[in-house]
Amino acid sequence: MNLTLKIWRQKNAKEAGNLVTYQVKDISEDMSFLEMFDVLNEQLVHKGEEPIAFDHDCREGICGMCSMFINGRAHGPAQGTTTCQLHMRKFKDGDTIVVEPWRARAFPVVKDLIVDRSAFDRVISSGGFISVNTGNAKDANNIPVPKQDADNAFAAAACIGCGACVAACKNSSAMLFVSAKVSQLALLPQGAIERESRVLNMVKQMDEEGFGNCTNTYACEAECPKEISVENIARMNREYLRANLK
Amino acid sequence: MNRFLASSLGKKAVMALTGLFLISFLVVHCAINSLIFYNDGGVNFNAGAEFMGTNPIIRTMEIVLFIGILLHIYQALILTLNNNKARPVKYTLNAASANSKWYSRSMGLLGTLILMFLIIHLKQFWVISRFTDEITGGHTTLFAKMQEAFSSPWVVVVYLFAMISLGYHLLHGFRSAFQTLGLNNKKYTPFIQAIGTGFSVIVPFIFAMMPVSIHMGWVK
Ligand code: HEM
Ligand code: SF4
Ligand code: FES
Repeated sequence: MNLTLKIWRQKNAKEAGNLVTYQVKDISEDMSFLEMFDVLNEQLVHKGEEPIAFDHDCREGICGMCSMFINGRAHGPAQGTTTCQLHMRKFKDGDTIVVEPWRARAFPVVKDLIVDRSAFDRVISSGGFISVNTGNAKDANNIPVPKQDADNAFAAAACIGCGACVAACKNSSAMLFVSAKVSQLALLPQGAIERESRVLNMVKQMDEEGFGNCTNTYACEAECPKEISVENIARMNREYLRANLK
Repeated sequence: MNRFLASSLGKKAVMALTGLFLISFLVVHCAINSLIFYNDGGVNFNAGAEFMGTNPIIRTMEIVLFIGILLHIYQALILTLNNNKARPVKYTLNAASANSKWYSRSMGLLGTLILMFLIIHLKQFWVISRFTDEITGGHTTLFAKMQEAFSSPWVVVVYLFAMISLGYHLLHGFRSAFQTLGLNNKKYTPFIQAIGTGFSVIVPFIFAMMPVSIHMGWVK
């Protein structure tokens, strides 16, 4: 298939960027979106032009690096799919595809499609962990966990920190990401001990990073490649209220 | 408490609580005003209005109501400004309708329309009944004032438009408030959403029927 691509090019964090139009030919529909980008970048290198900078790592939907806003959707049109897992058969021959970086004050553009998501790391460092003394790993089944809690924690733990929730949200709110992390730990006995300080610190850091306020549009849940539920956001609202009342 | 109110989550909780409080006011307001549908020349309605205007508990609640509205608007303004700042560079292409409802993304706009309506509405009825002696002095009645106001088709159109805005504001606001307060539950959320949808359609519809019925002469 032949495609017209309009891709955001931006030299660095300081300079203004713009959309640049490229043509690609004979793209196989079995390629992933990133493989299509590889083809385009080889073309550019052959022509002596600067290839397009984009983030990627695992290419199997688990690292959360491949942030691209494709035709107005985070990670493109497919439900529950990262950009690396998006196949070209989701597009038609002759399509024009617009690709932009995540847009949020808390995720500044580094170059082209690459954004700095270290705001997420700082939120995690502020409380997204459990404090344990090191030593031999204990048998996980030593501590009984109710099945429902284990399932909910596991579902929340599927979050790969990709930032699609922030990118899709009209307020650039990080509530789905932060609530998934808060939930995952608060639901399990090992994490429950620090649940108050955790939610207080993580919400504080989230606000300081300049993410917006949640207005419950649920765009995050609709665009999340791991289909994290907004029930986690309600849980974080409860956790936060509880921690403040204590 | 200060930490709570300074946080994004705390501000949202204020929105939700004041929003739900305003919803409870709508129930009372809608019930009293529906007395016009007795179609008795406004006798029951005027009696209801007089009770609301003179009862000390209601008058105190009126002050609480104004505080609630102001808090809701103030917090809405802060949250909306904050949210606009969170994305300084907008997307060239944003297919937002693929992931969310337009009215959930337009709460600030819908709220502003409601606020503009409220100013007109309060000036038309509340100011006259509280700050002039037109009604308290027995020169006219609130029902007669309604008939006068709704004789104009433009006023009726403004009211209809405002009630559509209110309906959409509530369609998102009702369920959103529960989520904000942490009340999301596999078993009960579908009920809350159904009640919210019913409320958002029925209450604005009853309100909208008031100017329409009076204008058309169905209620005299
Ligand atoms: C009778 C009048 C009103 C009622 C019953 C009402 C009700 C509500 C409710 C229940 C919410 C949801 C709170 C939440 O999401 O936690 C809400 C949110 C909101 N309201 Fe109102 N409201 C009214 C008037 C206004 C006015 C006059 C404005 C603005 C000038 C306004 C602006 C907003 C905004 C910006 C939100 C935030 C959207 C969100 O967080 O989802 N509202 N309202
Ligand atoms: S909640 Fe979903 S969209 Fe947000 S960072 Fe985690 S995996 Fe990505
Ligand atoms: S490259 Fe790892 S999730 Fe896409």
